[in-house]
Amino acid sequence: MNTKIENKLTPVRIIAFVFVALWLIVAMFPFIWTLWGSFKVQADFFSKADWANAIFGFHTEKQTGNFFTIDGYYGSWIQEEFWRAVINTSIVVFFTVLISLTFGTLGGYALARSTYRYAFWILMAGLIFRAMPHMTLVSGYLQPFFAWNVWGILPTTIIVLVAINQPFTLWMLHSFFLNIPKDLDESAMCDGCNRFQAFRYVIIPIMWPGVITTGLFSFLLAYNDFTVTSMLLSDENETMIPAIASFLGTVQEEGKVMYAVAAVVSATAPLFFLVMFFQRQIVSGLTAGAVKG
Amino acid sequence: MKHSTFLLFTLPSLSVMFLFIAIPIVSVFIQSLHIEHKQVIIVSENCDPFGCETTTSVDTEASAKLKEKAPLGKFNGFKTYSNRMHFAFDEIGEAWNSSDSFIVFVKKIYNYPLYRALSFTLTYTFVVTPFVLFLGFLVALGVNNLPKLLKGPTIFASLLPMIVTPLVGSLILFWMVDGDGVIGATLQKIFNDNSLSLKASPVLTWVMLMVYGIWHLMPFSFIVFYAGLQTVPHETIEAATIDGASKFQRTRHVVIPHLMPLAIFITLILLMDNFRVFEPIISFRAEAHATSISWLIWNHLRESAYPLYNAAGATSMITIFCVGILLLPVLIRTWRDFNEKNKG
Repeated sequence: MNTKIENKLTPVRIIAFVFVALWLIVAMFPFIWTLWGSFKVQADFFSKADWANAIFGFHTEKQTGNFFTIDGYYGSWIQEEFWRAVINTSIVVFFTVLISLTFGTLGGYALARSTYRYAFWILMAGLIFRAMPHMTLVSGYLQPFFAWNVWGILPTTIIVLVAINQPFTLWMLHSFFLNIPKDLDESAMCDGCNRFQAFRYVIIPIMWPGVITTGLFSFLLAYNDFTVTSMLLSDENETMIPAIASFLGTVQEEGKVMYAVAAVVSATAPLFFLVMFFQRQIVSGLTAGAVKG
Repeated sequence: MKHSTFLLFTLPSLSVMFLFIAIPIVSVFIQSLHIEHKQVIIVSENCDPFGCETTTSVDTEASAKLKEKAPLGKFNGFKTYSNRMHFAFDEIGEAWNSSDSFIVFVKKIYNYPLYRALSFTLTYTFVVTPFVLFLGFLVALGVNNLPKLLKGPTIFASLLPMIVTPLVGSLILFWMVDGDGVIGATLQKIFNDNSLSLKASPVLTWVMLMVYGIWHLMPFSFIVFYAGLQTVPHETIEAATIDGASKFQRTRHVVIPHLMPLAIFITLILLMDNFRVFEPIISFRAEAHATSISWLIWNHLRESAYPLYNAAGATSMITIFCVGILLLPVLIRTWRDFNEKNKG
């Protein structure tokens, strides 16, 4: 009976429906518009006369003979060598996630199992570190990095991103490990394992759901970072996001804005698939800290 | 867990945090107390039959030596904090004396970079945060009312604005509101004003940046609230319905109190994230009308030929101080909870 009432169309439901539909348009439209427009020429995507040009590709057909053009992609990936930035991003993201998770699982496990007061203080320090605007930290790196001659190379950026990532990773894995019953590893220790063996043979096999969720967020942080990568990498080691930012400075003249549009779509595409395949994990990760605390 | 085992497990994690978060904060503070050496200038007088001429040149060797001796620069105390790039105490005193009304005074203060950046950052933080909370809650309520089949795709679409890189997301919006972009051109047509530009007006720039901020962060509050709604106890809702509570009353008196802890959590995260607003200012090229604190530090490090480490350091310390004030209520609360738990 209850479900029958819930399926009735009341005015409140209709308002809710309309409101959600409105939000969906606001959330999705910019992406669809830009994805579609990236296959057009600039005169269409930035058409003052008629926005319908961007949909039907009036100028695109005139200039290239087809409704679709991949000129923007060709220009950015090949001519402006965006592929280099893509490779750099892959390296940075891969190693940042790998190292963050390794450090984070070890630390998070210990924090979840320790009953001493300092574990609490470490978590509090993590919270404060999490709040630090990244730009304030970056301004502290530059001078020593120049002095030691480690500025501009990928390993420096990777280790900095790992560090900035650590507070969040620790918090998340700490709350994940709290959910794994203590009895599991303690009974292993009764059977004669030491702490490391218990971790290796009991915890590692069952920790993957939490690690994957945390890894997704580490991935996002490293992939989306602009502050650290733009300040700490030299031009030839540039990753995707600072590369897009520097496109804006250099390719403002006619026709080349589409290079930046194509690069933006290229940088968004992996995130799109990430959300598609890992939606459940992302949602559970976002709510992990919240629903419990 | 034994102390030694704990240390072994946490050592990698603690050492990277110590090296790359704790030490840089200290180093930023030291930087802010120093100022770059002045170049050593040699004044030489060249005399020829037509008269004498003094020329000045930089003694590079002596300058380099000075730099080697004290690489941080000359000790400057807190003068960087009080100069016109930061708190501008002298200038404010003068402005106070020379302005006839409070509004003129405020306008004069607004010309100094730190106050400019602070006013935008704080406005942004305290406008975007409540909007995100409120709208996110509404969308969560709405989605909760949807048929099951539609929930998955809705959540997928909602996640995109948050997941996408801030720089990229704001660029996408920027191109749309551009004078030639779809929204910008349409607005020009509606108002029949070809010079209407969201970029040219300070007020519209602020609004645009805040709209971006709300668009970007709303999915976060929506998802958390939506998860919270699934945990509202069914019995309480039923009891309220039997007692004759309307849908609105049920939401107001049962659902909202239940979600309050979540709202506090979201507020905390939002405050932290909004306070470091930076990328949209780059994407929207909004620095003429709106600057944030993070942008100011970036500018100190980026714009001039030599990075202004002392200015960047001082601005960073001021930022850290502000973050501390923002976090203080939360820290005190957590501390109290922790103590109570340990007593009981």
